[in-house]
Amino acid sequence: MSPLRRFLRMPEALAGTVILAALFAMALAAPLIFPGDPQAIAGPALLPPFQDWSLPLGTDRLGRDVLAELFHGARTSLAVGLAAAAAALAVGAIVGTLAGFAGGLIDDVLMRITDAFQTVPSFLLALAFVSVVGPSLGVVVVAIALGAWTGPARVARAEVLSIRERDFVAGARVIGMHPLAIAFREILPNALPPVAALSSVIVAAAILTEAALSFLGLGDPNRVTWGGMIAEGRAVLRTAPFLSIIPGIALVLTVLGVYLVGEGVVETTAVRRSLS
Amino acid sequence: MSSPLLSVSGLTKRYRRRGETIAAVEDVSFHIEPGETLALAGPSGSGKSTVARLVLRLVQPDAGDIQFEGEDFLTLGGAALRSRRAHLQMVFQDPLAAFNPRATVARVLDDPLRIHGIASRPERPRRIAALLERVGLSPDLAPRAIHEISGGQRQRVAIARAIATKPSLIVLDEAVSALDVSVRGQILRLLLDLQREERIAYLFISHDLGVVRAIAHRLVILDAGTIAESGDARTVIDAPQSAIGKALVVAAPKLDRTGP
Amino acid sequence: MTALLAVRDLTVTHRRDGDEVAALKDISLDIAVGERLAVIGESGSGKSTLALAIAGLLPASARIDGRIDWSLPSPPSWGVKERQPKFVPLGGRDIGFVFQDPSASLDPVMPVGKQIAEVAHTHLGLNWPQAYAKAKTLLERVRLPDPDGALRAFPHQLSGGQKQRIAIAAAIAAGPKLLIADEATSALDTIVQAEIVTLIRQLVAEDGMTLLFISHDIALAAALAERIAVFRHGGLVEIGAARQIVSGPRHAYTRSLLDAHLGLDAIPLSRQAGTSA
Repeated sequence: MSPLRRFLRMPEALAGTVILAALFAMALAAPLIFPGDPQAIAGPALLPPFQDWSLPLGTDRLGRDVLAELFHGARTSLAVGLAAAAAALAVGAIVGTLAGFAGGLIDDVLMRITDAFQTVPSFLLALAFVSVVGPSLGVVVVAIALGAWTGPARVARAEVLSIRERDFVAGARVIGMHPLAIAFREILPNALPPVAALSSVIVAAAILTEAALSFLGLGDPNRVTWGGMIAEGRAVLRTAPFLSIIPGIALVLTVLGVYLVGEGVVETTAVRRSLS
Repeated sequence: MSSPLLSVSGLTKRYRRRGETIAAVEDVSFHIEPGETLALAGPSGSGKSTVARLVLRLVQPDAGDIQFEGEDFLTLGGAALRSRRAHLQMVFQDPLAAFNPRATVARVLDDPLRIHGIASRPERPRRIAALLERVGLSPDLAPRAIHEISGGQRQRVAIARAIATKPSLIVLDEAVSALDVSVRGQILRLLLDLQREERIAYLFISHDLGVVRAIAHRLVILDAGTIAESGDARTVIDAPQSAIGKALVVAAPKLDRTGP
Repeated sequence: MTALLAVRDLTVTHRRDGDEVAALKDISLDIAVGERLAVIGESGSGKSTLALAIAGLLPASARIDGRIDWSLPSPPSWGVKERQPKFVPLGGRDIGFVFQDPSASLDPVMPVGKQIAEVAHTHLGLNWPQAYAKAKTLLERVRLPDPDGALRAFPHQLSGGQKQRIAIAAAIAAGPKLLIADEATSALDTIVQAEIVTLIRQLVAEDGMTLLFISHDIALAAALAERIAVFRHGGLVEIGAARQIVSGPRHAYTRSLLDAHLGLDAIPLSRQAGTSA
């Protein structure tokens, strides 16, 4: 059976795939379905959902279309989540590989830096970084990645330490391969699977961190974000709770979808490993 | 007589384990002439694989001297060492573990040609095909993944990779121990052919005296990291002098094919 | 000769990624009570599949056709096909199994004494002090130096040969009728291999066990077994007395295996005729 079919036969993986596919569809379709500025006023303020079918999810305090905001917010959440996780995984994998392969002083220095980052709570780190540098999409991505790369670095290092002793690495040295080529061409690709298994946790955490930053007003002010929407709805939580609940549900579903797909991928690759 | 191809003297390697220092290899000396097969035999833990790794500079010795092709091999470092490695190659026991699990046959053979600038990029596919043919494999195997081919084919690919850089010495670490007996015979014959045609010397590491007797010119028997005895392979095996040599000879499985 | 078990038309098929691979095809053979039978063959010959099938250790995904009939007093007989519940308790109590790699078959975080005592406790109904006393006797029988110390040792503190002795002690702890050694000496060096073979021969004789010795080495098999079965590509090539197989093989394949053996009297390959150019 092909890995894809085995993956899709797991109900939870299928559910996760459907959720994520819907989210990506929302993010990609946002500028087509809602071509205008989502932050523009579209109707009367605080219109409840399911009243006016041109504004199905109602409007917020300023009369902005909640559905349009939700679609555009999906873009920000996914973009930041994926970019931050990709950055964290790449930095972590490279640092971990160098530390594990080089050993000695380089290993010590790199791992003490990793320790230093790990002792600071990652959200505090992100908060401080955005406060100092100023909020923009790129800064938020870097801020989240700063607190997330240490996990992948540790996993990559542990994996590299065991792969380093294998015969094929000795074989690469015997044919005269450059140490950096051995580290990045021979060892790193084989150390990646367990690092990649962390990616769902990191993407989910990155999406949540982005939402939390936006909630505190430290998101990119020129973009709609789900966290910003929740913060916006907080002022009228008693009279119009839907303004906080709708983006909240979107956030929960996204994180759930990422987890389910991640679990499915890990499960599928684990089965393949045990078969070979 | 010209100087030997490889000359090892006083080679020593100690490991520290829980405060204790254990000598894996202690004061080992031997030499190999061009085109000659020297076997290193001994029970497990005798240090024969450590000697192989020391000679290949995969592990640094604590003491001793290694002269290879008239040059002090131990003082070489960095780019100089990497370029000299072309002449000193290795074949491992488990050909599956010896290759990157993601590699294809072509990539495995492309690496040495590229690293040592032996063939230009457009020329390499032809060289790879020639190498495969040289070790008795079809060039059609080139695009296949290493894990798809049989154990015997993999060991031939390992030999093709070792001879790609035209080495003068190949270290064979239990290179035929994991193979089926019928494949083992073919691989041993291939090694002999290569030796005859290219004058390659072998450092042949094995615990199996039957194989050693079939392929080696001279034999060094190691026990607990030191040399127990050495000499002409057939002489030593026919009349071992050391206790460990006698034990190895007695323990070798014997086949009495004469009828009842 | 009384048969301990009779294998009839045994076919084992593995399914992998949609493909079906036959590991054994239509095998029929008898194993007599108290005999030493060696099964030899190269990789992919199905020799280990046969051992696993007899021990009931094949993975659930394998399809098994044919029968293995036992003539043990209890249980009297069963067909593999029906998979009766009696099938499971037989392993360990009536069959001792020694694997190739003792590091993989021993629990790394349990003292080896407990691993042996556990078998005696489970299958012989001994209480723990009795089971430990039994374990100590077994360690003496497999000739480990310092059996008292070995009881408390963990597998990683022992050498490969010592671990295999422990695995043998655990395999014979419940007094099995059949001892299966699946390439049990292949990972060891020649000297330790010879010691383990001597030990197996002695234990089998002392306890009146039947031995199924799986090996790729025809010389080793001939030295230990009374009968040899030669397997190739999942089929039985020939079976006969060890002497007859070695000195008068009927099949060309058996002859080629004998010719491929490199003994200490072998002529150096470089001087043999017919070396390929």
